[in-house]
Amino acid sequence: MRQQPVLEVRGIRKEFPGVVALDGVDFRLFPGEVHALMGENGAGKSTLIKVLTGVYPADGGEMVLAGERVRIAGPLQAQQAGISTVYQEVNLCPNLSVAENIFIGREPRRLGLIAWAEMRRRAAELVRTLDLDIDVSAPLDSYSIAVQQLVAIVRAVDVSAKVLILDEPTSSLDRDEVSQLFTVMRRLRDQGVAILFVSHFLDQIYEICDRMTVLRNGRLEGEYLTSELNQVDLVSRMIGSELAGLDQLAGGQRGERSAPAAGPAFLEAEGLARRGAVEPYDLAIRPGEVIGLAGLLGSGRTEAARLLFGADHKDGGAVRINGTEADLRTPRDAIAHGIAFCSENRKTEGLVGELTVRENIVLALQAARGWTRPLSRTAQDALAERWIRTLDIRPGDSEALVRNLSGGNQQKVLLARWLITDPKLLILDEPTRGIDIGAKAEIQKLVADLAEKGMAVLFISAELEEVLRLSHRVGVLRDRRMVAQLRNDGGLTPERVLATIASGAEQ
Amino acid sequence: MNANALLARVRGQIPLLVTSVLLVSMFTAGSVQYDGFFSGQVLLNLLIDNAFLLVVAVGMTFVVLTGGIDLSVGAVVALSTMVSAWLVEQHGWPPLLVIPLVLLMGTAGGWVMGWVIHTFEIQPFIVTLAGMFLARGLCYTISIESISITDPSYTAMAQTRIPLGDLFISPSVLIALLVVAAAFVVLHYTRFGRNVYALGGSEQSALLMGLPVARTKTTVYAISGFCSALGGVLLTFYMLSGYGLHAVGLELDAIAAVVIGGTLLTGGSGYLLGTLLGVLVLGLIQTIISFQGTLSSWWTRIVIGGLLFVFIVLQRLITARRR
Repeated sequence: MRQQPVLEVRGIRKEFPGVVALDGVDFRLFPGEVHALMGENGAGKSTLIKVLTGVYPADGGEMVLAGERVRIAGPLQAQQAGISTVYQEVNLCPNLSVAENIFIGREPRRLGLIAWAEMRRRAAELVRTLDLDIDVSAPLDSYSIAVQQLVAIVRAVDVSAKVLILDEPTSSLDRDEVSQLFTVMRRLRDQGVAILFVSHFLDQIYEICDRMTVLRNGRLEGEYLTSELNQVDLVSRMIGSELAGLDQLAGGQRGERSAPAAGPAFLEAEGLARRGAVEPYDLAIRPGEVIGLAGLLGSGRTEAARLLFGADHKDGGAVRINGTEADLRTPRDAIAHGIAFCSENRKTEGLVGELTVRENIVLALQAARGWTRPLSRTAQDALAERWIRTLDIRPGDSEALVRNLSGGNQQKVLLARWLITDPKLLILDEPTRGIDIGAKAEIQKLVADLAEKGMAVLFISAELEEVLRLSHRVGVLRDRRMVAQLRNDGGLTPERVLATIASGAEQ
Repeated sequence: MNANALLARVRGQIPLLVTSVLLVSMFTAGSVQYDGFFSGQVLLNLLIDNAFLLVVAVGMTFVVLTGGIDLSVGAVVALSTMVSAWLVEQHGWPPLLVIPLVLLMGTAGGWVMGWVIHTFEIQPFIVTLAGMFLARGLCYTISIESISITDPSYTAMAQTRIPLGDLFISPSVLIALLVVAAAFVVLHYTRFGRNVYALGGSEQSALLMGLPVARTKTTVYAISGFCSALGGVLLTFYMLSGYGLHAVGLELDAIAAVVIGGTLLTGGSGYLLGTLLGVLVLGLIQTIISFQGTLSSWWTRIVIGGLLFVFIVLQRLITARRR
């Protein structure tokens, strides 16, 4: 293992207006290892990756690639130097075919012209190595995000990388797809590729990684062998303090949710459906009740929730709110009825990156009041300050641009925006996806508190543990159908939910 | 999943299909309605009368595919006719020197606009609007009058008929079709062409995949500039004059042809052959109205306007279902 590092950076510094994102960070990556980059939201992981791949120029420090000092001036140079990246959000062109996305920029050519047949044939071979059964000449956007992510990995792998950077590739993959990915990662590692892996799933880190580098607040915390650092130590190094009660947060409330006071439902859905999205389902949510939606990726969890919010038009069924029929044709109608929806796709469906934290937070409230009754600047500031403090949004600057914030902090801004409107029903679609364990626990605690105070919550998450920890009842979806609603009365285990998903009938 | 993928592939072709059906049914309707409409020459005349528009629309297709727009094309066409007429007639320069010079001018102008758009991250709309005013204004610094061209090479180009059996086309048609063929190969069979589509699909992704975004963007505007200048040259063959009021509103015809041809205004999706069909549809509307005889030529505009609405709504329906 004591060879030359294939990639080494020393004293990297990067500033954004008002934020020092990286402050003198050192980092080494050896050939033939899987290396985890760990840190809380806003610790500087994404920024470091963007510096390594030339998306951002570094403000200071040096970079040594295969023994030579280099300056990476852009993604193209990074690729040519042998650094390929797969980002958290799929960065491919949805309008092009799968084959083109794999080969664009390096298409096989004959006599200067693109050899389409050869390109499709080679793409099909590459895709098969990942055991994916897809038509490579179909446009990329006809496939799910998970498949698109795998296509991005196929591309990165095929760019004959010395260094492969995987930035949260697993956050939208289901279990089988993750193990598929790990198989490929191990194969590549054995071939001598250096893999930098970022994930918030600690189990995954311990399953696949050899070493790890921990960042905190833009500084290097340390570099460790995975085998020499246990999970609790790792988390305390990420958070920077012995977080008392972390164990309690992480596991304490599981499976012990007592049912809330029985009463009339706030919202009742009957036979709600949309063709191609979700089959007719019934659902009733009472005030103070948390209902979890569980199911594999693409099982219709999000689609079911979008119907409740009026984000998609229903084909059939009805929604009653407080007993009277409500026609939720648009999100505006839903908001007027006190329904809030935090979407899973915060980049494209939730936040406005060009606006400040304050502006994003007051957006929904302002919309609910109507533009004729503007909130005063003082009121805006007070609200922003309060929620920044309550949710511990970092950096704690209400005038920072949202696009400069890390993923977890963006999620908190989105949450603040909806909480401020004091909704009766809060729909959370993957609120903890791609955020670190500390913030995750905070958000879970927040959800429990809100329900305690009488808010109805619909909680969607790919992590069964999390769903079970918070929910009073769990709706299980499979193949776009709600197959069961399980009461979370202590006897409900992840295994039982999984069995329900697998068999399509209540277990 | 495979049915889904198949559906997605077909979906991209719907506008093209609609345009083809529209073209055929318009031609059939015209043939049934009017004597002498059903002939090969009527079809070829479509090309003869619209060769310059076709060339300009090809350039526009590149720009629109990247998600941009070029409003300067009409003005560049006018400037090209003006510079050609001025140099050939009033300075006695040989056409063989003037034509390459005009083409170079148009290309350079387009390149500069593309460079400004990329470097300063300014909306293409506003940069090419400035280019439009500039080019149109420059026409009048040469002359506020129309300059007729009497040079024998130009009149020869105007009068030559290339026989095709009993029918004929003009040299301009040949040039325009060569441009279409070349552009087709470039768009569908070269890396540059695919980069154009990638840029229209997602500029951010194109950048992260290491594609030459800056070069691609400036090049599409340079291509549009070249096509506009060539369109101007073809227009001098057709009109035998240079005039600052030539091709007023041509940019809008070109955009209309591109949209009716099935290219998405948001970029990333479309076919070059669609643009050819779009130009033919515009030409056919004009032909039908001239055959009809009593309607004023402004009805052409009204019909184009109606069609544009229909096609834009169609595009919207197709992309909205794609989520």
